Amino acid sequence: MVIRETKQDRIFNFFNVLFLILIFVLCLYPLWFIIIASISNPDLTNSGQVWLWPKEVSLDGYKALFADDSVLRGYLNTILYTVGGTCVNLAVTLPAAYALSRKDFVGRGFFTKMFLFTMFFSGGLIPTFLTVRSLGLYNNPLVMVILGATSMTNIIISRTFFQTNIPDELREAAEIDGCSNARFFFRIVLPLSVSIVAVMALLFAVTHWNGYFTAMIYIRSEEWKPLQIIMRDILMESEFNAEMLMQGGDTAGALQQTLRTAEQIKYALIVVSSIPVMIFYPFVQKHFVKGVTVGAVKG
Amino acid sequence: MTVPWKKAAAVPAAAPAPKRTMADRFLGERTATGKRKNLLLIRKNKVLYLFILPAFLYFLIFAYVPMYGVQIAFKDFIATKGFLDSPWATPIFKHFITFFSSVNFWEILRNTLGLSLYYLLASFPAPIILALMINEVKNTKFKKAVQNITYMPYFISTVVLVGMIDLFFARSGLVNNILALFGHEPVMFLMQDSLFNDLYVWSGVWQTTGYGAVIYIAALAGVSPDLHEAAVIDGATRFQRIIHINLPAIMPTIVIMLIMSVGGIMNLSFEKVLLMQTDSNLMVSEVISTYVYKLGIQRAQYSLSTAVGLFNNVINLILLVTVNKISAKISETSLW
Repeated sequence: MVIRETKQDRIFNFFNVLFLILIFVLCLYPLWFIIIASISNPDLTNSGQVWLWPKEVSLDGYKALFADDSVLRGYLNTILYTVGGTCVNLAVTLPAAYALSRKDFVGRGFFTKMFLFTMFFSGGLIPTFLTVRSLGLYNNPLVMVILGATSMTNIIISRTFFQTNIPDELREAAEIDGCSNARFFFRIVLPLSVSIVAVMALLFAVTHWNGYFTAMIYIRSEEWKPLQIIMRDILMESEFNAEMLMQGGDTAGALQQTLRTAEQIKYALIVVSSIPVMIFYPFVQKHFVKGVTVGAVKG
Repeated sequence: MTVPWKKAAAVPAAAPAPKRTMADRFLGERTATGKRKNLLLIRKNKVLYLFILPAFLYFLIFAYVPMYGVQIAFKDFIATKGFLDSPWATPIFKHFITFFSSVNFWEILRNTLGLSLYYLLASFPAPIILALMINEVKNTKFKKAVQNITYMPYFISTVVLVGMIDLFFARSGLVNNILALFGHEPVMFLMQDSLFNDLYVWSGVWQTTGYGAVIYIAALAGVSPDLHEAAVIDGATRFQRIIHINLPAIMPTIVIMLIMSVGGIMNLSFEKVLLMQTDSNLMVSEVISTYVYKLGIQRAQYSLSTAVGLFNNVINLILLVTVNKISAKISETSLW
């Protein structure tokens, strides 16, 4: 049956779509503005003449950015942490989730409860810090890969996915054919679970890529700092410059020049740091809704 | 000398109880061949224990050892002696008393609760409303586009988000330029303490609403079209159908999400608050977690800051359990 639209429905539709377009623009425009501001003349950006398209295109911001050693090093460190960390995450999370998805896994209740409790109570920042330090992980790049190796939320999502998508009959049939548990997991379960593996990889990778907290607490050496820490130093720099500027003096002119490019560098930095995530996003996007919702709704 | 086990042995063995014994519970009932079922399963599935071992060790070392370490909230922690051997504080609640009687205790508590509540009230309904709105769209292309774009901000890092706030709300930033189009004077958003909460909360809403809507949209997809057809025949308007059919359909999901949010109410995004903090807005922006960080990591007052953190976590746990209980009574939906 086709539901006929009344006049009231049409008014509703109109406003609904109007608001959604507004929300759409509100989400997209700030991101778009950063891209065009990163390649526009910063004077025009600041005086409010850049709106929809870049003006007086220049790549000075990007050039200055890549001339900076610390940015490049931070970038490489972050790539290292993201790749290594995501591999560890998947290796810890997926097998554990699979074990917990099995009804014939003796001790399932115990492990589930033990893991669940960590979602609701934790020792807190300082005891965790002291534990990590006593393990020799303080100021050790390994901490970036090990800390946060798994999370109960993601184990639950994956477990539920396995429960709903891998029928018991399949395992029983494989068992009769002499297929071992390990072989079944690697040869049958994982290939059938591409979407959840993709979603987990995305969620973990984004967490590592955007991670700031762990490095702030545990990494001291310049050489091991990830991109987000370097970014914080650059992005929050303006306050310092502005203060110097207000004091005036001969250097004010030179500082104003620095401040000008500083703005453009900031926009460029945001673009450069977000590009990898935004590139991967469309590939994983189609799995995303499916993976997350299957895991979460029936949790 | 009496030996306890000899005495026990003297008592005649009781007749086997018909109900399940402890051994039955943990080892499983006996199979036809007289073997314990669970022991057989454990042997058959031993590789599954290898599967769960890394996660088990991870939680043991990085979640349970720190939980054990919480005892230093009641001790005077000495690094060389560790969690166990550090001497007990006298009185035992010394560090809690220090915190409760410190000059900025009420300020910090008020900031934490105020910011958390404000954030909950603004960020909780937003994804539900967005999901209900997206669900009403007929055009699948437009629907997909809105959905995909609205959850894109979720993937932006906190550092970038705060950097964006600084850039956009600066004196010559995007927001003031837009205001200028309407002939408005520039506003110094970042300098006003009273705007700290608003910036924190609404930037959070901007970032998480689209992502939060995903789960509700999925729940809405399960609503039977028959219900809507029947309601239309009865003369229900579009709006009435949303309120009386769609909303009740996703109610269990809403309740679960609410319990989770309330349980985490004191867990503000610590890094975001810290990044947004300046010396001038400290009066409104100092919350428990940033205070713990400064006290513990920067000033190495381990016992005192652990006590402050424990106070925070215990309140959280109490809230979670309470809300869960209330919800179980009222709506028969609960986490456990």
